[in-house]
Amino acid sequence: MTAPMIGQDQAEIFRGTAVGSTSLRDPRSADGNDRRAIPAFVFGEELADLAERDERIVVLTADLARSNRANDFADRHPERFVSVGIAEKNMITIAAGMAACGHIPFAATFASFAALLGCEQIRTDCAYPRLPVRIVGHHSGMSMGFYGTSHHSLEDIGIMSSIADLTVVAVSDANHLRAVLRASLDHPGAMYIRLGRGRDPEVYPTIPEVTFGKANWLRRGDDATVVATGSMVAPAIAAAESLAAQGVSAGVVDMHTIVPLDVDAVLEAARRGAIVTVEEANRTGGMGTLVAQTLLEAGVTGVPFARHGVPDEHVPVGPPAALYASYGLDADGIAAQVRQVLG
Amino acid sequence: MQTTQARPDVATIAEKARFIRLETVRLARIAGAGHYTSVFSAAELLAALYYAQLRLDPEHPDWPDRDRLVLSKGHAAIGLYPVLADLGFFESALLDGYSRLGSPFGDHPDMKKIPGIDFSSGSLGHGLSVSVGMALSGRIARRDYRTYCILGDGELCEGQVWEAAMSASHLRLGRLVAIVDANQLCIDGFTRDVMTVEPIDTRFEAFGWRAVRVDGHDIPALLEQFSALPDDAEGPPTVIVADTIKGKGVRRMELSTDWHVGNLVGADYTDVIAELSGEDVR
Repeated sequence: MTAPMIGQDQAEIFRGTAVGSTSLRDPRSADGNDRRAIPAFVFGEELADLAERDERIVVLTADLARSNRANDFADRHPERFVSVGIAEKNMITIAAGMAACGHIPFAATFASFAALLGCEQIRTDCAYPRLPVRIVGHHSGMSMGFYGTSHHSLEDIGIMSSIADLTVVAVSDANHLRAVLRASLDHPGAMYIRLGRGRDPEVYPTIPEVTFGKANWLRRGDDATVVATGSMVAPAIAAAESLAAQGVSAGVVDMHTIVPLDVDAVLEAARRGAIVTVEEANRTGGMGTLVAQTLLEAGVTGVPFARHGVPDEHVPVGPPAALYASYGLDADGIAAQVRQVLG
Repeated sequence: MQTTQARPDVATIAEKARFIRLETVRLARIAGAGHYTSVFSAAELLAALYYAQLRLDPEHPDWPDRDRLVLSKGHAAIGLYPVLADLGFFESALLDGYSRLGSPFGDHPDMKKIPGIDFSSGSLGHGLSVSVGMALSGRIARRDYRTYCILGDGELCEGQVWEAAMSASHLRLGRLVAIVDANQLCIDGFTRDVMTVEPIDTRFEAFGWRAVRVDGHDIPALLEQFSALPDDAEGPPTVIVADTIKGKGVRRMELSTDWHVGNLVGADYTDVIAELSGEDVR
């Protein structure tokens, strides 16, 4: 997409931004949305519940306890909450040291800082020693909107996926987050857990079964399958519904575990028809790339295929919804991709 | 367990320091290269810590109440492996395969492969953060172990060290002890020329630490500082700045920039072995 220039339709670019003042004390967040309406950030609350029964759980943040709701954990378990200030590398390595002493640390910060700034600490201090550190990268993708490239995280899937002994999981909604956090307690080794901005629409009406490495088939289709992950699962479902109304039978797979990828789900999708992968991330190195290489290495040919995501560019600023629409990372855009690969 | 064990005498610890230097030379020859001088500066430190200070149980390397030691300057591991073998963490003969394909023992230590190694290290600047985490875990679990972290002075250029230093005092980790092997050199030269790291003690003090300075080759002085460590789980952390000489004990290597990594062969090897085996390196 071409970056909008001053003089273009400002009303369109800034649609959805706040009118009037807000503060951190205000239930509305800085972009004017109602903080109480955030459904998916049950992060602190769920871990606080789990910690009642599991002494191993500790939570660390780098000055973002309000943003990621770790304060819900801190309120109930202050002795097991660690605030490190604005020091992400220190946070991740402290978590590794705690994991080496028997704790299961959940270290949370913006995905851009976790995966890019803390990349070496994740690899060397968490993954290589196979320690049960859970790196929680929230506000991933372009969900930070007008905060810009410094706060966007379009590379994290590619970076994290290339690290050995690291499980990479993307979460699609609040119930899914609860399930992932619960399942993570007994998962060996380090994990990178990718969250959206917390306002993701509901995908799972109840807490789903989560087995890492096993994708969830949300619907099956005879013409195509949308293999989606994280924030793109909800629009993928909406796309499948609109396609159905147009006579196209499209399935949806929630590929919540990106590493290790569910090869069986990919091959089943290939048997069913076309495949469109969709993720809020750069296409290079993303989940779609892993799906493509899986197909090639399995000798699957002749399947109409498209990787949908960000075309490896630094996206402009703007409200998230406007950015998603610009890149076709919404129900309409995903449906269009499916129709395109089907010819 | 070493909880109440009497300290060995100074001569015994000095002999262990000599053993560390000799073993380093031996193992480096197996690999064809080694970090001689970074171990030689820390030989008395390692000997005093492992033979007189740390609360360990080689029969139970994962004992939850053991003291932790994080070798943040992981390239000195070649001098630590022989100590762990000597203490009984594993068979000394395993070191004969040092650096060979598939050996547990490489230039940098691997906690998943070597009993007695509390954390894998190698990338400088991480160890103090690891140690902060270990000290925090101990306090949360109400254990009274100490966490020791050995850093190089050149390593202090890494910014994460100071993130960790800031958090250690803020979190009042009184059972955390950083030991800086201030051997004056990094790879490209004296730290004062490459990047000034001094005054190390007052810099840590400014970050809220209790700081002491000691001759890192003076074993009685080291033991005195260890004895003086406060036992206050909520107090300030302590840094012991150990003034040392990189390459100490081998004249050609002392304060030389040529031996950070090297390979002694032929007469050079036998000369160095003779020098280390002869008069007291003090």
